Amino acid sequence: MAAKKQVKEEVTIRFAGDSGDGMQLTGSLFTNTAALQGNDLRTLPEFPAEIRAPAGTVPGVSSFQLHFGSKEILTPGDICDVLVAMNAAALKANLDLLRKGGIVIANTSGFDKKNLNLAKYENNEVSPLEDDTLSEYSLIEIDVTKITREALSDSELTFKEIDRCKNMFVLGFLYWMYERPLDSTIRYLKDKFSGSPEIAEANVTVLKAGYNYGETTEVVSARYTVKEASLEPGTYRNITGNESTVLGLAAAARKSRLPLFFGSYPITPASDVLHGMSKLKNFGITTFQAEDEIAAVSSAIGAAFGGSLGVTSSSGPGIALKGEAIGLAVMLELPLVILNIQRAGPSTGMPTKTEQADLMQAMHGRNGESPIAIVAPKTPADCFDTVFEACRIALEHMIPVMYLSDGFLANGSEPWKFPQSGDLKDIQVEFEPARDENAAKFLPYVRDERFVRHWSIPGTEGLEHRVGGLEKEDETGDVSYDPDNHQKMVKMRQAKRDKIADYIPLQQVDSGNEEGEIVVVGWGSTYGSLSTAVHELREEGMDVSHIHIRYLAPFPKNLGDLLKGFKQVLVPEINNGQLVSLIRDRFMIAARGINKIKGRPFGVEELKQEIRKAASAKVNS
Amino acid sequence: MTINTKIQEHINKNRNENGNLPEYSGKDFSSDQDVRWCPGCGDYTILKQVQNIMPDIGVPKKDIVFISGIGCAARFPYYMDTFGMHSIHGRAPAIATGLKVTRPELSVWIITGDGDSLSIGANHFVQLLRRNVDVNLLLFNNKIYGLTKGQYSPTSHEGTVTKSTPYGSVDHPFNPVALSLGADGTFVARTMDRDPRHLQAMLKRANDHKGTSMLEIYQNCIVFNDGAFELFTDKKSRPKEAIYLEDGEPLIFGEENTKGIRLDGLKPEIVSLEESNYTKDDLWIHDEKDATKAHLLSRFFDEPDPRAETPQHMPRPFGVLFAVDRPRYDEGVNLQIEETFRRKGEGDLDELLRGPETWEIK
Repeated sequence: MAAKKQVKEEVTIRFAGDSGDGMQLTGSLFTNTAALQGNDLRTLPEFPAEIRAPAGTVPGVSSFQLHFGSKEILTPGDICDVLVAMNAAALKANLDLLRKGGIVIANTSGFDKKNLNLAKYENNEVSPLEDDTLSEYSLIEIDVTKITREALSDSELTFKEIDRCKNMFVLGFLYWMYERPLDSTIRYLKDKFSGSPEIAEANVTVLKAGYNYGETTEVVSARYTVKEASLEPGTYRNITGNESTVLGLAAAARKSRLPLFFGSYPITPASDVLHGMSKLKNFGITTFQAEDEIAAVSSAIGAAFGGSLGVTSSSGPGIALKGEAIGLAVMLELPLVILNIQRAGPSTGMPTKTEQADLMQAMHGRNGESPIAIVAPKTPADCFDTVFEACRIALEHMIPVMYLSDGFLANGSEPWKFPQSGDLKDIQVEFEPARDENAAKFLPYVRDERFVRHWSIPGTEGLEHRVGGLEKEDETGDVSYDPDNHQKMVKMRQAKRDKIADYIPLQQVDSGNEEGEIVVVGWGSTYGSLSTAVHELREEGMDVSHIHIRYLAPFPKNLGDLLKGFKQVLVPEINNGQLVSLIRDRFMIAARGINKIKGRPFGVEELKQEIRKAASAKVNS
Repeated sequence: MTINTKIQEHINKNRNENGNLPEYSGKDFSSDQDVRWCPGCGDYTILKQVQNIMPDIGVPKKDIVFISGIGCAARFPYYMDTFGMHSIHGRAPAIATGLKVTRPELSVWIITGDGDSLSIGANHFVQLLRRNVDVNLLLFNNKIYGLTKGQYSPTSHEGTVTKSTPYGSVDHPFNPVALSLGADGTFVARTMDRDPRHLQAMLKRANDHKGTSMLEIYQNCIVFNDGAFELFTDKKSRPKEAIYLEDGEPLIFGEENTKGIRLDGLKPEIVSLEESNYTKDDLWIHDEKDATKAHLLSRFFDEPDPRAETPQHMPRPFGVLFAVDRPRYDEGVNLQIEETFRRKGEGDLDELLRGPETWEIK
């Protein structure tokens, strides 16, 4: 009996297995293939912080969720249609994320007594595949381990190496189920294992075995097609947030025609930016893996003093360490870009889980009055434009700029209609020219109409001058303890930061009307969930609009007026209420927060519920 | 061949027509700021000697940068008419690294003190030395915290009574030259504020060395730790307590140069050139390139113990303990960049943006 064919508008698959099962790779490869087939998509990788948590246990489960479709996809999906469970722990940890009636693809050899014990199933006598645990789901049981070994019975590889191929069997099987070609994955495998062709060959064999298993077996009653999405015409690639951050930095270096110096210290989930940058030496990029977070930011300041685009990257704990040096850059009025790929805090928190709780740290996390600019990207692809903006603002306004991405954006991916380099605007940089001996005394803290001082770099005759963290006298930059001068300079640094508002776009309403009953205001990685929730609520007839803020400091000039056009302002955030405080403080608006602090992004359904609840609460009050 | 950046363009555009080095005097390196150290501070003479050697190092003022951390010594850059940065506590080595790697043509000097580089900045201090970034680090050691008004420092000896240690400190002090050798420093030297000629000579040697030059300068804090190095600076005790190292020369010291140091295996011992059969030929010949001997010299760190019955101790070495060539970090980083350019050519941004796989939506 041949499997029936069905067309689906969207599908969410969750790959779950032990940390050693290669689920992240399996998910990424399926994602690339789906992307190449023209689907729109978003992904959510979730993995333990431990490199190898005890095998077979629930804490050791690594998952990768992919939501793809022929319609616009903005979130990785609240709940999945298909759950791949490589072992009992993977099933246990993820079953509540599978919709009722969804498909479980289980590797039966991961459900033996030992695995049931490790996963702490109360009843280790009967597998959950056999009792009524899965009665409301449709179950596809495959002994992946056994079939993989059989497929490679002629192979010279060790058992361990053979077993490592079993994720390719699952991938091949899913390719069959969703009618996907194998070629992109085969290309990838041959390239990745070019040094050991026998391993490449084994993986390809098992991948094909998975596909053929679908063809010949009768365990599946249906195959699904997800047609290509009607995205805007153009050429696309798939990209994660950290990847597009790297590209944005490289583009900013090119468009400012400056060497870029990247000082960093490894930290989850920011390290991939360092890895990416370190490959781009022939783009005029120097990377420096410093001895600590403080040296990382300090080295970037040293490079900026010398005329380079200085960039440092980290996550919250590292940003805390960089605070003093960022304050120095505020005082020196040098350009500096600080990337904070946020994670769940406080302290070490949950390194592999997402959160957007460092906004207040970015705003205030330094001693004294120390204003900097802050921007936040909203999707993985938007990381490119936003980090480019961070560099532009830093260089054109001689100020540190904090870029607030997060773990969800960093590792999640989406299709990106990438720009041509020619479409990107130049970043304006001019160094102060040399002066001859007879010129008047050089004044390093003289400002232009944007209150910006000139960049006077070593190697320029006549510009010899000293800067430092002690309060500067206006214009001369000499050390000054004069009370009036201090007040003037504090106000000046603030005015300089605020003046950036004249050089950024006005705030747009993302969806909905420019005034009305309710506005949902977000920032950063919540964009996809907020946008989807607001669209759906509007379809239900609710008068709700969505505003998403990229420029958090300074705010766009029209933001206050826009917000005042709505009766209710709701601010959903993956924190305990930070932007909402800033909005209340700045605009005297009775904004209310919707807060989720679970290390995971908002689901669309939960957001809709919260927005409805908030809306009716107001009505009743 | 690397990218022609705006920095390069700027430097080329602003290049001095004749390309000759101006004829400087020491005064040309004095900025218009009033020097505000305590009267009698050892920092004055160090400043003066640095300004004095600057005309001789063959670098135009525009290419010289002084970077400091925090502390009394850290005010130094304000008084030099060069480029300068008075940064934050302990971090000058990291800032200097970022600058030197991106602008290798600059002459970069780090000014630091015993608190700045051996307490709060000790990590950056040792990392700088192991990387061997081509900068000169002048460590003003006064064995006390001056700017915070007199707490003990990481070089204060055990038992030092200060405001924060009224019962005497129980910390064991750092030995800066031994620490530097331990971090594989390639140039490790010691001098003192009260010997301007030696100080000048050491500054020049530090400047000439390719790689991190660590020059420890014994500097008297007249207010909080006056006389901390009197044994070595006082004309009477100096001959007995200090030994000046010269490459290729025997280790001789004492009034009238009557004492020498010989090696019995790896054990140094003081011998009299008058009252024993030992002659100059039996003595330890200083070899700046000998790491083992440098380590032994760095351990000449004891002081006379008045309670001991025979107060026999080693004199303190001044001069270059160790100087060798080793690949430099800034050079290595830039060679790697140049090599990548040679191999791959200038990066194609459009190719990078496109990535390995794309698809078309029509």
